[in-house]
Amino acid sequence: MRQKLVVIGAGMASGRVLEHLLEQNPEAYDITIFNAEARGNYNRIMLSPVLSGDKTYAEIVTHDDDWYATNNITCRFGEHVVKIDRDAKQVVGQNGTVDYDKLLIATGSAPFIIPVQGKDLQGVITYRDLDDTNAMIEAAGKGGKAVVIGGGLLGLEAAAGLAERGMEVTVLHLMGHLMERQLDESAGFLLRRDLEQKGVTVMCGASTAAILGETHVEGVMLEDNTGLEADLVVMAVGIRPETRLANDAALDVNRGIEVNAQMQTSDPDVLAVGECVEFNGALFGLVAPLYDQAKVVAQTLLDQPAVFVSKELSTKLKVTGCDLFSAGDFAEGEGREDIVFRDPGRGVYRRLVLEDDCLIGAVMYGDTTDSNWFFGLIRDKTEVAEMRETLIFGPSFQGGSAADPLLAVAALPRDAEICGCNGICKGQIEDAIAAGAHDLGAVRAVTKASGSCGTCTGLVEQVLAVTLGDDFVLPTSQPVCGCTDMTHEDLRRMIKSQELKSMPAVWQACGWKTSCGCHVCRPALNYYLLADWPVEYHDDPQSRFVNERKHANIQKDGTFSVVPRMWGGITTPDELRAIADAADKFAVPTVKVTGGQRIDLLGVKGEDLPAIWDDLNKAGMVSGHAYSKGLRTVKTCVGTDHCRFGTQDSTGLGIKLEKALWGSWTPHKLKLGVSGCPRNCAEATCKDIGIVCVDSGFQISIGGAAGMDVRETELLCQVETEAEVMEVVMAMTQLFRENAKYLDRIYKWMAKVGLDWIKEQIDDLDNRTALAERFELSQSIYRKDPWAEHVKKADSYQTLGDLTLEAAE
Amino acid sequence: MSTLMNDWIDISPLDAIPQRGARLLRTIHGCVAVFRTAKDEVFALDNACPHKNGPLAEGIVHGSAVTCPLHNWVISLETGEVQGADEGQVATYPARVEDGRIWVEASRLRRRAVA
Repeated sequence: MRQKLVVIGAGMASGRVLEHLLEQNPEAYDITIFNAEARGNYNRIMLSPVLSGDKTYAEIVTHDDDWYATNNITCRFGEHVVKIDRDAKQVVGQNGTVDYDKLLIATGSAPFIIPVQGKDLQGVITYRDLDDTNAMIEAAGKGGKAVVIGGGLLGLEAAAGLAERGMEVTVLHLMGHLMERQLDESAGFLLRRDLEQKGVTVMCGASTAAILGETHVEGVMLEDNTGLEADLVVMAVGIRPETRLANDAALDVNRGIEVNAQMQTSDPDVLAVGECVEFNGALFGLVAPLYDQAKVVAQTLLDQPAVFVSKELSTKLKVTGCDLFSAGDFAEGEGREDIVFRDPGRGVYRRLVLEDDCLIGAVMYGDTTDSNWFFGLIRDKTEVAEMRETLIFGPSFQGGSAADPLLAVAALPRDAEICGCNGICKGQIEDAIAAGAHDLGAVRAVTKASGSCGTCTGLVEQVLAVTLGDDFVLPTSQPVCGCTDMTHEDLRRMIKSQELKSMPAVWQACGWKTSCGCHVCRPALNYYLLADWPVEYHDDPQSRFVNERKHANIQKDGTFSVVPRMWGGITTPDELRAIADAADKFAVPTVKVTGGQRIDLLGVKGEDLPAIWDDLNKAGMVSGHAYSKGLRTVKTCVGTDHCRFGTQDSTGLGIKLEKALWGSWTPHKLKLGVSGCPRNCAEATCKDIGIVCVDSGFQISIGGAAGMDVRETELLCQVETEAEVMEVVMAMTQLFRENAKYLDRIYKWMAKVGLDWIKEQIDDLDNRTALAERFELSQSIYRKDPWAEHVKKADSYQTLGDLTLEAAE
Repeated sequence: MSTLMNDWIDISPLDAIPQRGARLLRTIHGCVAVFRTAKDEVFALDNACPHKNGPLAEGIVHGSAVTCPLHNWVISLETGEVQGADEGQVATYPARVEDGRIWVEASRLRRRAVA
């Protein structure tokens, strides 16, 4: 005789219970499942992609109608349970009563509604299920403004989704920084910055006083009397276990429904699972422990011994496209030490908390690839004193081995957990691969690894790569070139942290696959090395593109162009005469005035270069670096010298800047402009760095462009004196030199690190001075005329020999 | 042909070309680029990329290949063959290093085109 099992609630936990139960003994129970929502089990974690439009509901269904039918499960979806009658062993639904032998309560949780005036107005919704999601999608369709109350995971997902759908979104968060339970302040700041870049306004320390409106919500009033307009309010301040049915049935309920390690409530025939339960005083919100519970429930239902153990938890989340991870205890405290790593170029933040030579907590933001390894160190209380120096760089940097990102994964033991949601270990994935699952989809289908929240997708792919070798192509973040798997950012990090000061050192330490690089990586490496080690490293001309090696721009017919520098665009009759003479002497076919306020001599033969440079040198002119990834020109207007509107000596300042910056190498070309007044005749606001003089001083702005992209600069700071301008511009240039990816202009780099971060660096006066000093150190080597140097070795510009003469003999 | 293969000419000291660099040799067929690799091997090839006649001597030398400075075609210094997805062939001439000097076999460089 089959027993009767009734399940109340079709969430992720109960869905998993049914799977385990049917897998082990499909004949044990006649199953009836109630769900207040008019649908079956779906992957609730994936509601955010549905909200943002990346996925559809159909894609996140975990159990469809066919599945229930195949397994003979009676579905009572869309029907509320009215009460549980434990004496009669019956569940009373709106449409009738069902008998049970065993009952499973999986009612999940209910959103917490803050008890403020206006909470019941139309347009005030929570974010819990598909209906809420659809309500938000519908509201977003009308556009307008949304206020999300609560800066935890759910609130931020809602905010990002609504912003994606075109609403103007403000997040109100009571605490000082976002997701304060998972993140420390710095990571919270990065998250906030990323959200703000997506157009979401974030207000921390914001306490909601009332929701305003007649019938439909119109606004939100904060405790400090700030008023915000709102067409939609999403309340996402938290959840509490849904315990009403259990309460009414007189089961033991504290904060949640109390269960023992077998997941039984105070009535042994009534079990509970998921977010509605309380075990040993703890509540559960993450999916991993819920799945563990589900396993135990199934075993208890089948009279098998099983014990639920609450494990050390780590949180690895993807919030609106930003990877973050936290584990253990990361509060500051006596006897605790921090190791912090920041890579603003990639928006990466890592913080490790150590106590007694053990790692006790970790927070990672932006790059969570090594999180499993760190979590293992925390869980196993591994002593880390010996690897402390390189600990922060993760497992692949330990023991001085090559920085193959796969080594870390290869080194994991078989019982290392890869998919936290589903409790899938590396060994299970390897077994699945051995059994024929050769791509991510197949592994996911067989093991469920990476099938829930998806944050371990990269790890699963790496296990595939390690196991299958060359048969699996790992979709990594873009490496520099085919010579290495490293990204530009990794490379810069290695060069700095491992103090790599020569190309062979980099090739060795970073496991280059070619003997001496290629035309893609060598110029980048040459730049990184000379920017980070100006004194130790010597520029390698053979790793430069022809223009920078020859200090002239190659033209399509193999001739070159020669551009002498004209400081700040100022020239003299003597200089012009020398240029004219040179053009005559070397039969220069084209003489052109450039956009950078100087003169270009086009069509000079390669072998004539040293001679024409020599002539120009003798007239007092030097290379204009018109060919370099470095300082090009400082464009100026005439300023107070002649202009009736000029407020400062813009020409003089431009010349000073050009004299300070010339010869410097930067990740990409660097153009400056100095305008004497806001009329901006020097077009300073579309330069990489622009200075606009005003009566009270100088506005310094950065990140302009007027090429393939056209962009206006954004204000960095305003200063009062020329000396401050000089220091800020040098510090700014150095910051760019030290951090940007090769071939990124300032605007591109700024889009990655954010103007705020740049401002912070420059506003910090000690840091500003240090940056300017490092720039000056580098300039002490590079502020020189390459033409004069090359004139000395003019021979090398000539041919090795002339066989035509011999032939003629 | 075999008799003509004896026309080896001493071109210059090896140090006249930087490692991973190249210099030109003027011939009746146009310029020939003489390359020196990081391992001090030398190669002589026509100084014209089969793509758009880019000056190969100005390219970046890596391993035993050079990347054309105009459009990044990669050419094997050993065979003159274009590498990767592109197709083409650059004429090569025998070259070697002996006693620190570069020698090039010039029989084909000093004669008028045969075909």
